[in-house]
Amino acid sequence: MEEVPQGCPGTGSAQAGRGASCQGCPNQRLCASGAGAAPDPAIEEIKEKMKTVKHKILVLSGKGGVGKSTFSAHLAHGLAEDENTQVALLDIDICGPSIPKIMGLEGEQACALGHVFRTDTVWACSTVLSPPVYLSASIDWATLLDSGTQFVEDNLGVMSVGFLLSSPDDAVIWRGPKKNGMIKQFLRDVDWGELDYLIVDTPPGTSDEHLSAVQYLSAARLDGAVIITTPQEVSLQDVRKEINFCHKVKVPIIGVVENMSVFVCPKCKKESQIFPPTTGGAEVMCQDLKIPLLGKVPLDPHIGKSCDKGQSFLTDAPASAAALAYRSIIQRIQEFCGHHQPKEEHLVGS
Amino acid sequence: EAAEAAEPGNLAGVRHILLVLSGKGGVGKSTISTELALALRHAGKKVGILDVDLCGPSIPRMLRAQGRAVHQCDSGWVPVFVDQEQSISLMSVGFLLESPDEAVVWRGPKKNALIKQFVSDVAWGQLDYLVVDTPPGTSDEHMAAVEALRPYGPLGALVVTTPQAVSVGDVRRELTFCRKTGLQVVGIVENMSGFVCPHCTECTNVFSRGGGAELARLTGVPFLGSVPLDPELTRSLEEGRDFIRDFPQSPAFPALSSIAQKVLSEAPARLS
Repeated sequence: MEEVPQGCPGTGSAQAGRGASCQGCPNQRLCASGAGAAPDPAIEEIKEKMKTVKHKILVLSGKGGVGKSTFSAHLAHGLAEDENTQVALLDIDICGPSIPKIMGLEGEQACALGHVFRTDTVWACSTVLSPPVYLSASIDWATLLDSGTQFVEDNLGVMSVGFLLSSPDDAVIWRGPKKNGMIKQFLRDVDWGELDYLIVDTPPGTSDEHLSAVQYLSAARLDGAVIITTPQEVSLQDVRKEINFCHKVKVPIIGVVENMSVFVCPKCKKESQIFPPTTGGAEVMCQDLKIPLLGKVPLDPHIGKSCDKGQSFLTDAPASAAALAYRSIIQRIQEFCGHHQPKEEHLVGS
Repeated sequence: EAAEAAEPGNLAGVRHILLVLSGKGGVGKSTISTELALALRHAGKKVGILDVDLCGPSIPRMLRAQGRAVHQCDSGWVPVFVDQEQSISLMSVGFLLESPDEAVVWRGPKKNALIKQFVSDVAWGQLDYLVVDTPPGTSDEHMAAVEALRPYGPLGALVVTTPQAVSVGDVRRELTFCRKTGLQVVGIVENMSGFVCPHCTECTNVFSRGGGAELARLTGVPFLGSVPLDPELTRSLEEGRDFIRDFPQSPAFPALSSIAQKVLSEAPARLS
């Protein structure tokens, strides 16, 4: 997946990490230590962990601010409305973790979220950072779990680096390798339990977080990715790259959601295009690239308000055009996952 | 070909360096960078734009420079001039891609290396302002840009948010980053501050309200103003037009001009 330097001797070779062309390659130390010869054991460990998770969905966009976290949160809410469906939402946006706020869990430290984090592993957690990064405080999970605070809902669990930060001003100033380590820990060391859906919300881009998520879940079979865009070309331009990324790393694409499609004035009810689809919007892009358009969600000011209050927009404004659009999209995603049921032997028997 | 380390070299002729940052994606960093560059040009300044968003390089399109080629000279890469008068120059990974849909799927170390090159190996020449557009976050690109630019400091920063609490939440962390890395925050810009319906002139707070002022209050940083949503601005950026020249009547124009004025009077200047 990563680009190797020209003349790379090969990660399994005796020269791995030692050749002249290895200088400056990000994997040099790893190769020189002999680790490159074997795949990361975490991949198998995560595969084992994920056996109790029926469906894994990535929510992606090349572009920032198009509504990935908003969509991920409401996908989770929508799926969890059926109390028999176990859902978890994993936020791997390490620098800008929005999910706690959108889910109404701001101020909750991870200890408050009950059994999702019941794990025997003691985490090492970093607080406010500047390079180089040193791990400082430890969290003793067994003690913290006794706090007994409420969950979001009994069947909806959430994990985010936001929960591990003690102040809203704490900045996570980490380079790639450390972000990757956190993502590995999230996937491997959190006790996800038996889940119908694991939704992974990502930051914008096609970099460390995305590569790591795909790499660590490579043996665990991702159902696919939902890609979010807004109608303008500035967004589509980045989204096409994200689609290419999915093709490159062989992640199936469930479909594209166009957010902020059209604005209906609450006073005169007339429509305006705040983000004009100067090149035809997601519809034309999806036709060109032969990818399903899962739906278009109008720009409804209530969505932003609900997110700021940490409430589900689907329950705040259930009859709104935007809520109806969301529900239809969620249904299509469920249908996609239903058609791609994992074989029985991959599920942990009762 | 190895870049000479301590030489002032390619940034010797740059008077002010300003980073445009946000913890949050999609708030309008590239928009503000572009409009600021256009406004500074209209004020008679020579401006360079360094686009260090390697995964989502938006600036070339916003200045109608997509597909342009980057040439070499003795001092390194020649930045792309987006206008005849050569008053705005630009460097972006967008110019180095074989196709516009090509994804830059790089991990941190490789991104850091390119950003260092963009700083030290581009022949920026004489500039009044170098505006550095960044991707969202507080990670590799930001650290690499600050580290590479720091020898040419002091560095100023413009921080962009939308009115929503979700945005403020991320941008507070960005302000911590600025504090920790010694960036002097010139001010906070609130973008997407409301939409005036063209049919009935009712103003709707599409993305909530109050975030920019609240952030300024919380952090003691100057609030530079609110830029409302204007589809003409969005369209103008899509088409690579000069919004400052073409749409002085737009509701977004006063805020954008006032931001430029603030930068002109406040951006920390390098000691010669």
